[in-house]
Amino acid sequence: MSQKPLRVLGAGVVLGAAAAVAAGSAAYAQEDPIRIGSFLSITGPASFLGDPEQKTLEMYVDRINADGGVLGRQLELVVYDDAGDANEARTFATRLIDDDEVDIIIGGSTTGATMAVVPLVEEAHIPFISLAGAVVIIDPVNAWVFKTPHTDRMACQKIFEDMQARDISSIGMISGTGGFGTSMREQCLEVAGDYGITVVADETYGPRDSDMTPQLTNIRNTDGVEAVLNPGFGQGPAIVTRNFAQLGIDVPLYQSHGVASASFIELAGDAAEGVRLPAAALLVAEDLPADDPQRDVVVTYKTEFEEQWDQPVSTFGGHAYDALFIAVDAMERAGTTQPEALRDAIEQTTGFMGTAGEVNFSPEDHLGLDLSAFRMLEIRGGTWTIAD
Amino acid sequence: MAEFLQFFFSGITVGAVYAMVALGFTIIYNASEVINFAQGEFVMIGGMTSVFLLSAGLPLPLAIALAVAIAVAVGIALNVLAIEPARGASVVTLIIITIGASILLRGLAQIVFDRQFHTLPAFSGETPITIGGAALQPQALWVLGGALVVVLALGWFFTRTLMGKAMRATAHNRLAAQLAGINVRFVLMLSFALSAAIGAVAGVLVTPITLTSYDAGAMLALKGFAAAILGGMGSAAGAVAGGLLVGIAEAMGAGYISSDYKDAVAFVIILLVLFFLPRGLFGGKSVERV
Amino acid sequence: MPLPPRRWLDDPRRGGLAALALILAMLPLVLSNRFHFDVAIHVGLAAIAVIGLNLLIGYAGQISLGHAGFFGLGAYGSAVLSGTHGWPPLLALLASALAVATLAFLVGRPILRLRGHYLAMATLGMGLLIFMVITNERAITGGPDGMSVPGLSLFGYALGSRDKGAWYALVAVLLLVAVWLALNLIDSPVGRALRALHASEVAATVGGVDVAQHKLIVFVVSAVYASVAGSLSAHYGGFITPDAVGFLHSIELVTMVVLGGMASTYGAIVGAAVLVALPQFLTAFHDYEPVLLGAILIACMIFLRRGLLPGVLDLVRARRP
Repeated sequence: MSQKPLRVLGAGVVLGAAAAVAAGSAAYAQEDPIRIGSFLSITGPASFLGDPEQKTLEMYVDRINADGGVLGRQLELVVYDDAGDANEARTFATRLIDDDEVDIIIGGSTTGATMAVVPLVEEAHIPFISLAGAVVIIDPVNAWVFKTPHTDRMACQKIFEDMQARDISSIGMISGTGGFGTSMREQCLEVAGDYGITVVADETYGPRDSDMTPQLTNIRNTDGVEAVLNPGFGQGPAIVTRNFAQLGIDVPLYQSHGVASASFIELAGDAAEGVRLPAAALLVAEDLPADDPQRDVVVTYKTEFEEQWDQPVSTFGGHAYDALFIAVDAMERAGTTQPEALRDAIEQTTGFMGTAGEVNFSPEDHLGLDLSAFRMLEIRGGTWTIAD
Repeated sequence: MAEFLQFFFSGITVGAVYAMVALGFTIIYNASEVINFAQGEFVMIGGMTSVFLLSAGLPLPLAIALAVAIAVAVGIALNVLAIEPARGASVVTLIIITIGASILLRGLAQIVFDRQFHTLPAFSGETPITIGGAALQPQALWVLGGALVVVLALGWFFTRTLMGKAMRATAHNRLAAQLAGINVRFVLMLSFALSAAIGAVAGVLVTPITLTSYDAGAMLALKGFAAAILGGMGSAAGAVAGGLLVGIAEAMGAGYISSDYKDAVAFVIILLVLFFLPRGLFGGKSVERV
Repeated sequence: MPLPPRRWLDDPRRGGLAALALILAMLPLVLSNRFHFDVAIHVGLAAIAVIGLNLLIGYAGQISLGHAGFFGLGAYGSAVLSGTHGWPPLLALLASALAVATLAFLVGRPILRLRGHYLAMATLGMGLLIFMVITNERAITGGPDGMSVPGLSLFGYALGSRDKGAWYALVAVLLLVAVWLALNLIDSPVGRALRALHASEVAATVGGVDVAQHKLIVFVVSAVYASVAGSLSAHYGGFITPDAVGFLHSIELVTMVVLGGMASTYGAIVGAAVLVALPQFLTAFHDYEPVLLGAILIACMIFLRRGLLPGVLDLVRARRP
């Protein structure tokens, strides 16, 4: 997202006003609750992201408040549903900033919704922690924008590392044409060469497609395919996995971190057996060795979420958990919710242990995760196991 | 050849579902000249209800029967609460009403059920049948067989029963049918019930293959409408042919041309057909009263 | 299309235009923060597209379920030309509008030969094809994740997207222009022919109206309205995704026309206002939002069949003795 000169000019015009509003609200805010704003794709095609994210935020805001809040103030959570529509996301973000006057925004389930809001928070100077995947959110770095999930580029790298270890050098790809699949497909094509991997077949499917047999037939008929990679989320990968098994294709199938929830195994059924994917440690919480530094946080989150909502934990809710506690941690260190101070405190976050791994932000890195936080998982016996 | 066969299997399976949705469009259109954009929601209700009844412990056949019954009830309610009161409204108004109904039903579904994807177990296993080097899922045979039964049953109903004949008469000329003593309101209600039942059956049969969720109906409605138009609005045979054609064209397009523009294939064909054969492949009625 | 000013001065409707100008001028007094301005600007931009669509649906009686396609082409045209190629935004807007007009002219003839549901299908298909191209041509449009759009600058003055006051003024003026042009078109010979056509196409043809020609003119005009609204929305938002081009957006535009009242230019603004603002009021109901939205749509169509504005005016008139 390159800042165009025009936009900078425009920002300058309203900068004074924005600063005045921010200063005004900070001055009388001591008695007020700390307002955390959120826009999530609670309904619509990305609802499987927004749904656990919303549940996680609500649940932990309540718990934090029950424990006395942050900086002696209660938290107030304002959540809007953007239904996966970037246009709505922008309107709700405007509302959060100017009407609800929130101190920080945690949200943006999809990359499209996040990117639509980036110009707003940059102009309004509100810290924003995104829960969406694509690398464009933090590369190039925007001063006020952070994110908690691994990037799609890292997922590609992790997968290709694993393929390299298995001596796989030529693969077929079948990608969803939603935002997630398209972006990850592009990242994978970019980094494949670094791992000596050639993509010899490159197919796509639509977000609501119900049969991927033709595309997979083409991949099967391509010479030299040693493995198949399926970037995508939602029901698509489950259907790909089933069609893959039905066609009797006998090379390894790799899925992305986009399917890292129990419902994928349930939907794909027996066909999911042997599928590999990169994911955060959350899915294998109980299998982690006792000395794993992540074990405490993931086991706690998993147990608490599943107890409260009676549904299996997913890594997506974990992103919201990480974002909320990074924000809370930064507020405590800053001792205030004044936007500049809060932003700086978030940027200074180091050694924060979240569900996605250890977070070390810096002015150059607003993601703060490295590849080590990703685990390569394999589905065996209808459940996740650690493959490496 | 194996490749072609594989695309073909894939196409007719999806096409059979489009055909059933298109039949639903056609039946309601013939009785009332309403394009029911909530038609896809019947498919969703059929799938989702049977998933939830099954997980509540009901045996599969009972769950399916109840799911179809519930869809029929919703169809009748839609007619009584939203279509009947708007009798005589313009085409555009009626389209908005059914779109409103589809938004409402989708909204209800995500409250009553949930926002996750779900599936049903395949009725007779998942071991594919190999024909000429191409794999065919057993469930696809259920879908095709189901579609065939629906078509045959409808054919019998419309040509052999009094009620079916009454419905055809109403479709042909509403006023004349009314004068001949046909209860036009009952015909309208029956058309919604019938469409809902067909949609729900399609939803149940296809859920093991395509999975389902509260918003599964939206795209099906578009494709079903496209199929109905392709066949010529109002023609039942056309709806079936249109559905199969759209399904096969999509599969061939994805296989041979580009999977990026798979959905475009169907709509390009439809635009071409409309430009050169403005009443669809099988013609429709074209009477305009001045 | 616009007629000589003398005619306009005689137009009794200028009272309505003056009232609208007054409302638009007074509105900022009750808009208490940027968010309120934001909603008002969204309403204004949507209203411009809806006024154009209303000419097609309300006056010419032709449905279009693909108007978001024209809106999207305007938006992406502006985004690509001014962003990627560095054109001045105003030039990009005009070039996009011209391209959309040409496209509408070319597809208009075969499409407008169709009637009723076939026309609905053809426009729907056209809209979906535009959507698919924009979604798939990632190198140009950024694909499903969308692309950023530079801010608007007019004659050297730059408007940032948080510059709500200036944007409000711009949109308000353009809305007045849009209404004025539409009213003139309706009052022109083309408009009168269209109303005849709406009543009965066969009768109009027999009466010597060049039906195809008139329908085509209105189709092109309504496409240009949508394109301009799209361009402005893209600049205002600073970021655009294919959602703006999708089927649901087309439906939203049609709903605004019908909700406001077909063949009512001022009603189109009311329709846009209600549908843009409604979701903002429904957020308190979280899960029930789609249910309420669906129920409100159905109820309006049944009980206020002529649309909100004409319907309410009727009720008011009926109460008077």
